[in-house]
Amino acid sequence: MWLARVVGTVVATRKDPGLAGTKLLLIQPLTPERTPHGKPIVAVDSVGCGVTEEVFFVRGREASFPFLPAEVPADAAIVGIVDHWSLG
Amino acid sequence: MLVGRVIGNVVATQKNDKLRGAKLLLVQPLDLQQRPRGAAVLAIDSVHAGVGDRVLIVQEGRAAQLALGQGVAAVDAAIVGIVDALELDGLEGHGSGA
Repeated sequence: MWLARVVGTVVATRKDPGLAGTKLLLIQPLTPERTPHGKPIVAVDSVGCGVTEEVFFVRGREASFPFLPAEVPADAAIVGIVDHWSLG
Repeated sequence: MLVGRVIGNVVATQKNDKLRGAKLLLVQPLDLQQRPRGAAVLAIDSVHAGVGDRVLIVQEGRAAQLALGQGVAAVDAAIVGIVDALELDGLEGHGSGA
């Protein structure tokens, strides 16, 4: 999993039927020091988060698992909202 | 699997149901010279690791799900071992500081 900040929303009216009803968010992956890491990506939301929140997400096949038994064609999914993290 | 160092812990109250009760740690993957390599990853802890520990992590869904023990779940990384020692024989950078 990876840390990220939600930086925007994506609206797509015409999309794969498997994505119908999902919330698509634009997220910017972060380093633990909160600096942007890599390019922003679009992820499906499975926890009900909003713009500016810090979250963590999974990539790959596991991104569709929160929606089972529905088969959602996603390769990134937000699976948690981060309250805080500490660096030791 | 990768060797990494636990650099922090993450608190997330609102998360996917299958992740309830799971401990989340930030792990910085290391190269053979014990320098940071790539981005820090968030991993489920199944071996009671703590900040500062050198650990073995899997970055693959099926393996991470086995470590979590909740069946099919949205996880893609898990800590599966704590490294006691790592010996590099015949390689530059011998001496892991273990």
